[in-house]
Amino acid sequence: MKRVALLGMPNTGKSTLFNRMTGGAARVGNWPGITVELLSGKILLGSDMVEVIDLPGIYDLHGFSDDEQVVRHFLHDNVPDLSLVILNATQIERQMSLLLQLKQLNMNIVVLLNMSDEAKKYGISIDSKKMSELLEMPVLQLSGKYGTGYQAALQAVTRALRYPTPGMAENLRSQLEQDEHIETEMARVLKHAVQIPARLPSNLTEKLDGVMLHPWLGLPIFFGIMYLLFQGIFFFGQPLQTGIADLLTWLRETAIAPSLSGLPPVLQGLLLDGIYNGVATVAAFVPIIVLFFLLMAIVEDSGYLSRAAFLMDALMARMGLDGRGFVMLLMGFGCNVPALMGTRVMRSRSMRLLTMLVIPFSLCSARLQVFVFITAALFSAKAAPLVLFSLYMFSFAAAILTALLFKGQFANSEPFVLELPPYRFPTARQMMLRGWLEVSQFLRRASTFIIAGVVLVWLLTHLPFSAVPAGPDTLSGMIGSLLHPFFAPIGINEQLTIALIFGFVAKEIVIGSLAVIYGLTGSSLGSALAQQLDWVQAYSFMLFTLIYTPCLSAIATLKSESKSNSFTLFAIGWSLALAWLVSFIFYQCARALGY
Amino acid sequence: MPAITLATLKTGDIATIVSIHAEEALHQRLLALGFRTERRIELIRKASFGGPLQVRIGTTDILLRRTEAAKIRVRKT
Repeated sequence: MKRVALLGMPNTGKSTLFNRMTGGAARVGNWPGITVELLSGKILLGSDMVEVIDLPGIYDLHGFSDDEQVVRHFLHDNVPDLSLVILNATQIERQMSLLLQLKQLNMNIVVLLNMSDEAKKYGISIDSKKMSELLEMPVLQLSGKYGTGYQAALQAVTRALRYPTPGMAENLRSQLEQDEHIETEMARVLKHAVQIPARLPSNLTEKLDGVMLHPWLGLPIFFGIMYLLFQGIFFFGQPLQTGIADLLTWLRETAIAPSLSGLPPVLQGLLLDGIYNGVATVAAFVPIIVLFFLLMAIVEDSGYLSRAAFLMDALMARMGLDGRGFVMLLMGFGCNVPALMGTRVMRSRSMRLLTMLVIPFSLCSARLQVFVFITAALFSAKAAPLVLFSLYMFSFAAAILTALLFKGQFANSEPFVLELPPYRFPTARQMMLRGWLEVSQFLRRASTFIIAGVVLVWLLTHLPFSAVPAGPDTLSGMIGSLLHPFFAPIGINEQLTIALIFGFVAKEIVIGSLAVIYGLTGSSLGSALAQQLDWVQAYSFMLFTLIYTPCLSAIATLKSESKSNSFTLFAIGWSLALAWLVSFIFYQCARALGY
Repeated sequence: MPAITLATLKTGDIATIVSIHAEEALHQRLLALGFRTERRIELIRKASFGGPLQVRIGTTDILLRRTEAAKIRVRKT
């Protein structure tokens, strides 16, 4: 099958075009010579199936950023039959260099000048026929967003694919060093084919930036937008999540449980409470991930994410992160899983890993449920808000401390020099595709891991089957007493230790597991906890719950996003160590002070 | 005349790039974004609390940190 590679600088509308070409049928795949995954899709062009590959946006074929190396290695090991080079027509005088670098590789190239409608608004006029003559390759104007020129572009690609692929130069690197030639050639093409006004007319983007990036208004507006985003996800997400949960419970009670009633109870338990609950855990994340990426697509595609980086960079740079990391960290307070997936906007791997190490400390809504229940049971109505507030402070402190401690290990080599794209209206299609793509990736990669984990915890809390479930005689009870010397110094008893094992799966089930362990529910469970624990123990338990591993889904996501078992283990190990340390210091100090 | 860098410009200043003193990775990135000697550069705004700068070269707006801007020598025009 012939291969078409999509190439271009960042912010050229390359991905929009890719989505239009492949219609959402894209898949993530591995390629020889490179370690990151690329999106590709198979489409019918003329009478042949062609594989289209979306390469990362790069500025320079010589560059040393992670993405630039990926593209170089990809081209080296998987020579495409055709390179479709997308240039942003509004920045033609700068983007031409990449095209000429690619031309030197002697590749089969079709050039698409994207955003030609925007370029016209700037008064930039491009003679594509003339340019085509000078470059000796097909040049077509296109508006990827509105689709004008799209059919003509596809035809040009089909035509160009009929010719055999010219050989690609052997020594890529030495070929690429001819900067000077590129500069003179660039000047020649620009001089004859392009006219740009000396000073650009001020436009809507500039007026908007005057407000959005205002020295005093910028930050309040940023936090306002983040608040709306956050509220939006949970306003729409929570009812959807409850709806899915209700549907799955209904299905379980009316169809699945009766059909399994002939089986021995142990097998019923494994199928229903193990595997089926695992499926339900995965399903619970689906609406949140779809919504998160629908809204993130707006923030990203509109150009606001780069503005957020501008506003927050002063603070984040000190922590070894950048402004975009702050957006993900904030979103982590809703749910860690999509926030971890969202770190993909960061192109430097080390910075991405550092951000992924920090995000799980964000106090997510699932943990909040546990804290609300326990504070209601053990603290007075007057103290409860203060307790919750202090937990949020601990969450921030754990994140900042982690970033400061490890910024040396994950030192970022990529310079913070970002392009600030003009504001654009994101298209609905683009948003839907994004939501769909992300959720299907989550399902494909994380679901088996999550279901296996839920089954494992079910087995731990039910084996041997002769014991009372989640009781002291089960495997989990044995682990609880084994770990007792470890948890005693932080004031956590054996029952709570078992709850922490449950909490490893999802924080939503911690209270439910306590109900099973104590055999009580609701307010009677609350008063039983209040009788057995004092506030120092309860607070220590909450601190541990806050800081140790958020949930199985977050671990699965860490693993699939980092593609590194050692990083995942490190993230789990560090959070457990920090959780223990913080709880220990708190518990021992509080006791020493006589509480 | 003391050397001035991009980092010392004020908001709204227009200057010409004299030279770029950056390590290779940064240098490449700057070149690709249009930073070349004798190009006209405008400082659009500075972020609060010592945050990054927004500059304009040709039709492109670019964000960069002050430490990086200090490596670019300019001449006011």
